[in-house]
Amino acid sequence: MRLSGLRVLREGLTGNKGWQAHWRDATPKSDYDVVIIGGGGHGLSTAYYLAKKHGITNVAVLEKGYLGGGNVGRNTTIVRANYFLPGNSEFYSHSLKLWEGLEEDLNYNVMHSQRGQIVLFHSDGQRDAAARRGNAMRNQGDDAELLSVAELERMVPYLDYDQARFPIYGGLLQRRAGTARHDAVAWGYARGASDRGVDLIQNCEVTGIDIENGRVRGVQTTRGAIRARKLAIVVAGRSSQVAAMAGIRLPIESHVLQAFVTEGLKPCIDHVISFGMGHFYISQSDKGGLVFGGDLDMYASYAARGNLPLVEHVMEAGMTLMPMIGNARVLRSWGGIMDMSPDGSPVMDHAGIDGLYLNCGWCYGGFKAVPGSGDAMAHLIATDRPHPAATGFRLDRFATGRGLMDEEGTGAQHNLH
Amino acid sequence: MRLVCPVCGERDRREFYYQGAALAQPEGEEWGPHWDDYLHNRDNPAGVTRDMWQHEQGCGAWLIVTRDTVSHTVLRCDLAVGARA
Amino acid sequence: MRVEDKGLIDRDRPVVFHFDGREYQGFAGDTLASALLANDVRMVARSFKYHRPRGVMTAGSEEPNALVTLGLGAAQEPNLRATTVELHEGLWARSQNRWPTLGLDLLAVNDLFAPVLGAGFYYKTFMWPRAFWERIYEPVIRRAAGLGALSGDPAQDRYERAFAHCDLLVIGGGPAGLMAARAAAKAGADVILAEEDTRLGGRLLAESEEVDGVPAVAWVEEIVAELAAMPNVRIMTRMAVTGAYDQGTYGALERLAPEVADRAHAPKGAFWRIVAKRTVLAAGALERPVTFAGNDRPGVMMAGAVRAYLNRWGVVPGRSTVVFGNNDSAHRTAADLQEAGVHVAALVDSRHYARCDLDVAFYPGAQVCGTAGRRGLEAVTIATAKGETRIAAECLAVSGGWNPSVHLACHMGARPVWDADRLAFLPPEGAVPGQRAAGAAAGEFSTRACLESGLAEGLRAASDLGLKVPKMSVPSAGDAAYDIFPLWQVPGKGRAWLDFQNDVTVKDVELAARENFRSVEHMKRYTTQGMAPDQGKNSNVNALAVLADATGRGIPETGTTTFRPPYVPVPIAAMGAGAKGKGFAPERLTTSHAESVARGAPMIEAGLWYRPSYFPRKRERTWRQSCDREVTMVRGSVGICDVSTLGKIDIQGPDAARFLDFVYTNTFSTLREGRVRYGLMLREDGHVMDDGTCARLGEQHYLMTTTTAAAGQVMRHLEFVAQVLRPGWDLRMVSVTEQWAQFAVAGTQARDLLNGLLDEPIDDAGFPFMGCGPVSVGGVAGRLFRISFSGEHAYEIAVPARYGAALFKELVAGAEAMGGGAYGMEALNVLRIEKGFITHAEIHGRVTAHDIGMQGMMSGKKEFIGKPAASRVGLLDPERERLVGLKPVGAVKELLPGAHLFDEGAEAVSANDQGYITSACYSPTLGHVIGQAFLRRGPERIGERVRMVDHLRGSETVCEVTGVVQYDPDGGRLRG
Repeated sequence: MRLSGLRVLREGLTGNKGWQAHWRDATPKSDYDVVIIGGGGHGLSTAYYLAKKHGITNVAVLEKGYLGGGNVGRNTTIVRANYFLPGNSEFYSHSLKLWEGLEEDLNYNVMHSQRGQIVLFHSDGQRDAAARRGNAMRNQGDDAELLSVAELERMVPYLDYDQARFPIYGGLLQRRAGTARHDAVAWGYARGASDRGVDLIQNCEVTGIDIENGRVRGVQTTRGAIRARKLAIVVAGRSSQVAAMAGIRLPIESHVLQAFVTEGLKPCIDHVISFGMGHFYISQSDKGGLVFGGDLDMYASYAARGNLPLVEHVMEAGMTLMPMIGNARVLRSWGGIMDMSPDGSPVMDHAGIDGLYLNCGWCYGGFKAVPGSGDAMAHLIATDRPHPAATGFRLDRFATGRGLMDEEGTGAQHNLH
Repeated sequence: MRLVCPVCGERDRREFYYQGAALAQPEGEEWGPHWDDYLHNRDNPAGVTRDMWQHEQGCGAWLIVTRDTVSHTVLRCDLAVGARA
Repeated sequence: MRVEDKGLIDRDRPVVFHFDGREYQGFAGDTLASALLANDVRMVARSFKYHRPRGVMTAGSEEPNALVTLGLGAAQEPNLRATTVELHEGLWARSQNRWPTLGLDLLAVNDLFAPVLGAGFYYKTFMWPRAFWERIYEPVIRRAAGLGALSGDPAQDRYERAFAHCDLLVIGGGPAGLMAARAAAKAGADVILAEEDTRLGGRLLAESEEVDGVPAVAWVEEIVAELAAMPNVRIMTRMAVTGAYDQGTYGALERLAPEVADRAHAPKGAFWRIVAKRTVLAAGALERPVTFAGNDRPGVMMAGAVRAYLNRWGVVPGRSTVVFGNNDSAHRTAADLQEAGVHVAALVDSRHYARCDLDVAFYPGAQVCGTAGRRGLEAVTIATAKGETRIAAECLAVSGGWNPSVHLACHMGARPVWDADRLAFLPPEGAVPGQRAAGAAAGEFSTRACLESGLAEGLRAASDLGLKVPKMSVPSAGDAAYDIFPLWQVPGKGRAWLDFQNDVTVKDVELAARENFRSVEHMKRYTTQGMAPDQGKNSNVNALAVLADATGRGIPETGTTTFRPPYVPVPIAAMGAGAKGKGFAPERLTTSHAESVARGAPMIEAGLWYRPSYFPRKRERTWRQSCDREVTMVRGSVGICDVSTLGKIDIQGPDAARFLDFVYTNTFSTLREGRVRYGLMLREDGHVMDDGTCARLGEQHYLMTTTTAAAGQVMRHLEFVAQVLRPGWDLRMVSVTEQWAQFAVAGTQARDLLNGLLDEPIDDAGFPFMGCGPVSVGGVAGRLFRISFSGEHAYEIAVPARYGAALFKELVAGAEAMGGGAYGMEALNVLRIEKGFITHAEIHGRVTAHDIGMQGMMSGKKEFIGKPAASRVGLLDPERERLVGLKPVGAVKELLPGAHLFDEGAEAVSANDQGYITSACYSPTLGHVIGQAFLRRGPERIGERVRMVDHLRGSETVCEVTGVVQYDPDGGRLRG
């Protein structure tokens, strides 16, 4: 069914009786060409592009809970392409281009809003680092602008320019960055994949991976055994557990990242604002809630909830940066489990076992990667070669030291990225 | 979250610095898989784990904390000195 | 309207207040909601999506409809529940989310378009044309959405943060909480009793019943007096416990009474962190509505809220009331109203078997199926076995049963447990360590059962704490069994609301199920059910029942969404209290700070420290003029710079030398006493962590310096090495950064200046380059290091911090007399770039010793931290970007840090990227711009030309690659 304003009008006038399921709930078959473990943003987009670009439709997506129930449904919805190291730079650039055509492609309004992201800097040194980043973005063909304080004061007058502990020296603006409605991204890809014949199987937990003679044969699940010629592990937040079923020990430590939303407010923040000195970022949802977050809770955790020290730190950062939000009230806090890698960048690679592919380690940057990751992962699975925009995400880079992508420069300590 | 520092007693999480899994540093100067494992690869259990913390805002002691990554229950806090990882 | 002789308000203290510009009167003890109802103001708000008229529905913080804005300007507070706003003199409230007025709201037109604005309609449209989303659709949607507004002005920072520890935290001061607190307190426990409301009593304040043979309110007063007299009990009213966290930690928001908060400088409230060994969750239960057509009109209220308004505030919301329910709560409301002389037009009980002792029109087995009235309820339609009847009424009191407040038991991720008898979710046991539920929160719905369970849990907590348990009895009280019959929704044609705030109706949930949003999480996210400010407190269970029905499952199989903190919304200003402006992080000041400020130096942030940027003199109009002069001063005579912010770590012990050999790439055991060496430190992953000098003060005594930025990280790292990696080694270390004030004395006349101040003069033999030793200055024992970060003949002199200010003044005065003076960070930076020294602009965490040309410092003769990882092929790749110097070719142009480098003639795109500039400055010494850069195969390309391109600032320059050291490469001046 094609979705459009006209359709909404026609259905509205005839009692909304014609709407159909956005995707099919499939029961697992015994055999697939490709089985994707994980029905989150990356898993669903992988399935979609496998079907759309490579014509591979005998595909199952296995999700232990509900589709989009992982980090794609619990992030702060920021979409940007402002990386500066080779490997990341071209990948996120590619992903942003896919975002820019996503609604038409999926025929689903994911509310991708290119409202602009401003990354603030607070010293000459940080300005230099921002300039290096911004120039790398421009070298890559993406947009970036360096804003003076005067320009910032015009765009975002509500920041504290006078009293702040870390005065604002300027900002790096990417106008094409912004936000999207996170759940809709998962649903849109689910719908697109399902329409093309992919089986989406919810409440199906993988309990084992069958490997014979160095080759993947299939998986054991709570809904029976499923054979697969190719198997992809796309389960951010549980990567270590699932990879362990294939005997793989990953360079990943799991951490909880909290996020917050306030009660609905009339429009007051029109951009995405990032405040590095306070590890704070904020935007306002179309419904009116301020959506914001901060740093990791900083201890390995699989509990999708955090603790007060970080909560208070995030609020403190908000108060010093933009005290006008003081009377906004936090309505809800939640946590997601992040695959933290040793250099803060992801892994998308063969697993060293025939037919097994890994997609993990997205740290807390996975949401904006959803289209690019799906596209590149589908390419990897279909062709056995990395997508040209994702050649840097090799698993062996830690062992060789070649092509490390440590954007933060904090080194091989998983939680510091 | 609260940890019991063996030197100072029970303290709030914000006094502590978290580093990562408690692993024994490999011997030798040659780079190899054992060093790769030590620096990068993790069991990363969903359950009981042992990790390194420092009571940085207190006595400065490095601790090996045994705790559950799912429930956040803290089972033990030992001084790292004398309790080689 | 107000009822005589009822309520706990103070009728001797009338209070004047304003709502939407009109003046009204209430009494002390009123809430804004009770006062508005007393003044017959029924419509107080508009709904979120359809802008439907809405009135007060509840009497607590769960209120979904009556959201108002208080205050003006910076004090403006949106989305406050009228039901919890304490009435006070000068209160000025406004309705919100309407334009232009509450009565005439143009967006009410949305209600007419409701058929096309159903659940998730926006996912299906607004896609064409693409550019319209940001330009038209989204701005329109954003403007229509949202509830109240922030003023845009900085909020007044009027909250505090507070901390408490206790044996037992009792959450909720109703009958169960009072009993639990009393029992544990009598056993000797240290108890905090936290109550969200302004006074203790809970539901007892809202009911007309007796406890222990006296009116319930009198019993409450008695218990409260007893508790208040106990030194081990802390009663905290207006204290909403907002979240349960690990190891017995709870967050709580305290509001101060308006008369206190209105005082100048008084805080408005405080955010508490409470650590409790045990917790009794006695948070009560919330009544839930029944879903039927038109159930959102002003005048449709919860039955228990109607009793609360009558019994506690002496208010009835209408002259004539219909009561409707599926349990005995409805009967109690009817009885209380009748007794107060208010007309009860009908009592409608969906239970076909129900009986009624009251003298009212009683409709057992009947249901309300519709309502009428534009801006307030006028009539109710009921469906009986015989057909439909229309009854005129201004108020409809509804009870669909009670939901225990399980939230705080579920904050750690556990799901509540469905109880098929009570038709309610109960708290899961043991889900929050140390916490147990009591009273209505545990599903005990009679007063007697609440008292009993509160007592039992209080005693249990005391016993768990190892206290001797006192003998206590349960007071007499009503113990009627809870009888409820399932009724979630009344079938009918019109729209029936589930989530009043977000305008989610039964049809929306049914549509979601049809479109395969069948998981409760999908339904929630697709319809926004339960995502409004009440977080589904009023609506979630009903919505689950509708979803269960639509998907052919039971309620327990359908499951619940996740309960998340906070229980009630908390202002960002409360949880972030104290952080506004400078409060966000500590400020570290050097001993020369005051003198630097007095000399007009702009102070800039360096980590947590403040350091002088430059010291302006008369007729210097730009920072560059001052900076150039300061550089020339150092190169020509002598300059003084406070370097105390560098980390200083004192390391002593028999194994100190081998320890330093292990943490530095180069060797320190061979360093002679009285000598200093530059050291490079790697992380375990083989990249550069930090650099600095380290002095050997004695055989077993070293003093390490770190960069300002990495001081904390290095200290932590050294402790890690000493305690974890080499625990057998005998050494101790301590940070002495704050204990010593240290100043660079740099320039050709440095020694002359020092000799004017030192008690014993020094010479080149006693203090050669990289020498160090004790000195005495004005009788004060200090230390002198002959080290240089400028390339000049230079020293750093250290004295105990208390002498820092005095020494700085003397040094600067002495320097000025020699034609020199103080210099700041700008000049320091120019001096070090000229000389090719690096900072964290270069060692930014991604570089190796090889990258910065220090591969020679990696000793092959010993093991050191980072050695194995640094030997990885990728870290030794000759293609890596390595450090070089740069200077522009031809006429002096700018070099910009952050600009990238390309081969001449190559297009400035990623594929051609050769590197980037890390530092650059104008060198007054060399008379042109210079820089440092990382360049692919850099050291092999000295003498070549590269092109700098800065897209951001529109700048391009051709540069020549040079060695890193651009000034005095032989180092003659250092030794001079």
